[in-house]
Amino acid sequence: MARIEAEVGKPQGGFMKWIDDRFPFTETMKYHATEYYASKNFNWWYVFGVLAFVVLAIQLITGIFLTMNYKPAAVDAFASVEYIMRDVEWGWLIRYMHSTGASFFFIVVYLHMFRAMLYGSYKKPRELIWIIGMMIFFVLMAEGFAGYLLPWGQMSYWGAQVIISLFGAIPGIGESLVEIIRGDYSISDVTLNRFFALHVIVLPLSLIGLVFVHIVALHEVGSNNPDGVEIKQNKGPDGVPLDGIAFHPYHTSKDLVAIIVFLMIFSAVVFFAPDMGGYFLEHANFEPANLTATPEHIAPVWYFTPFYAILRAVPDKLWGFILFVLAVLLPVFLPWLDRARVKSIRYRGWIYKSALSIFVVTFFVLGWLGTMPAEPVYVLAARIFSVLYFAFFLLMPYYTTIDKTKPVPERVVYHG
Amino acid sequence: MNEDDVDRIDRNRRHFLTVATAVTGAVGVGFVAVPFLSSLKPSARAQALGAPVEVPIGSMLPGELVRVLWRGRLVFVLRRSDEMLARLPESLGELRDPNSEVIEQQPDYTANETRSVKPEYLVVEGSCTHLGCAPLEDFEVRPAENWGGGFFCPCHGSKFDLAGRVYKGVPAPTNLRVPPHRFVRDDLILIGQDTGAA
Repeated sequence: MARIEAEVGKPQGGFMKWIDDRFPFTETMKYHATEYYASKNFNWWYVFGVLAFVVLAIQLITGIFLTMNYKPAAVDAFASVEYIMRDVEWGWLIRYMHSTGASFFFIVVYLHMFRAMLYGSYKKPRELIWIIGMMIFFVLMAEGFAGYLLPWGQMSYWGAQVIISLFGAIPGIGESLVEIIRGDYSISDVTLNRFFALHVIVLPLSLIGLVFVHIVALHEVGSNNPDGVEIKQNKGPDGVPLDGIAFHPYHTSKDLVAIIVFLMIFSAVVFFAPDMGGYFLEHANFEPANLTATPEHIAPVWYFTPFYAILRAVPDKLWGFILFVLAVLLPVFLPWLDRARVKSIRYRGWIYKSALSIFVVTFFVLGWLGTMPAEPVYVLAARIFSVLYFAFFLLMPYYTTIDKTKPVPERVVYHG
Repeated sequence: MNEDDVDRIDRNRRHFLTVATAVTGAVGVGFVAVPFLSSLKPSARAQALGAPVEVPIGSMLPGELVRVLWRGRLVFVLRRSDEMLARLPESLGELRDPNSEVIEQQPDYTANETRSVKPEYLVVEGSCTHLGCAPLEDFEVRPAENWGGGFFCPCHGSKFDLAGRVYKGVPAPTNLRVPPHRFVRDDLILIGQDTGAA
């Protein structure tokens, strides 16, 4: 009798079994970490996904603490940010981490996207991962834009004025759409209030949801690698890809090194150059919003400037808007624009290598032009580089078809 | 459920019920969406704050520009000198809409040669019709640059003449908007309201 009781009352397999009977904890850990096999030839380009995750965590945590002192009202906003900077204990650190984090989010995400272009990570069967990633990028842009209004400085106000006015270019519904975005006849307290709601609830929530879906899709298909070889096609007798090693502990320990290096650079900026010479925090934004005077020179934060340069290159409101939207949207179609048989740049010909190099230069030049005043010489340059930007995408089906590719090996290889 | 039951399923009825449920649900969602979307429009308070503003102009000198806010928007009131008025017809050929034909950009009582109620006083919104920056005044005449004075937008280089008319070849598509306004007295303009006068 006593023995039976003991058997009934005692959980079989301990605490984890108790959990696993009710929630697939061990199974999930295996599927996504300890038995998720990613290629063993990953190079440093493969750390930016994890780093994006780290920045997301930094932004969420610092953001939550900022909301505890920030006031989303036109009369209070600027002063409450100054209050955080001066009177709240360590407030300056939290705020600078958040503002620096915004720029680093884009640095990391742009590098993450470039990695996909280097190694053809968007190509079949990973099209959906790429599209979800692009959606993350769009939400991130909206998040950055909404967040930039919150300090209610000169650049917050006039930058928002310019970007919101963009939607007024849409024929027919434009003006009423702009009114609904602003909630007022001009950018006002009402606009600030709703941008706060977007910035702290709607967009971060979407971001987290999309990141979750991005990773689920990735783990379904499996990670690409610098050779663009599908490692699942060569499995050992145990069903494990021969070229794969477990994400945890192998890739995670390598990622830890990247995280430490990243945090060193991040801290250096936070402590020594939080405004990054006016690129991360624009100087005009240290002045409260003045509704009667646009700053002499108005430019968005650096991460929008390539697209802004394209917008400004067009001497027509509607077409400027259309090309701006097109420039942002075009990368979504990369999986279908790219007709090459191979994924990785290692096995592509000189044409794609040149095209990608020109594209990188174009992106940087456009980014720089977007920060410059609207003088004729810069506008002309912006026009030339805008053409190059669009040519990279629109001519891609052609030049990736005629480009000579090298044979792709069966298994991953090492290059030094 | 045995096999006989499966045969007796009325698939048409099932399909009808599925569609009917979905449509009813969609209509419900549509109705509920109305209050949520409407809450995003300018509220009663925002509309009330859009009340007209008075601008005393008695002490303005010829060539002087006054900035006021109406509905949170910047409005320029410019007292044009005789010389400025005389220059208005000079640039007609270089303007995109010299005769104020885009009707949304001004009340019909200002769709005239000076775009104003009284030729002397120009009242325009100080919001570039491109992307809403506040244009800067530049009243200096520079014949070498073919510039007869007017407004220049620092953001994207749009140019407007002394009647707020847009030049060709700049990003701004239309003339600066003239808000509804009227002269209450000779020395007082009311911006935001025009009933009872023209």
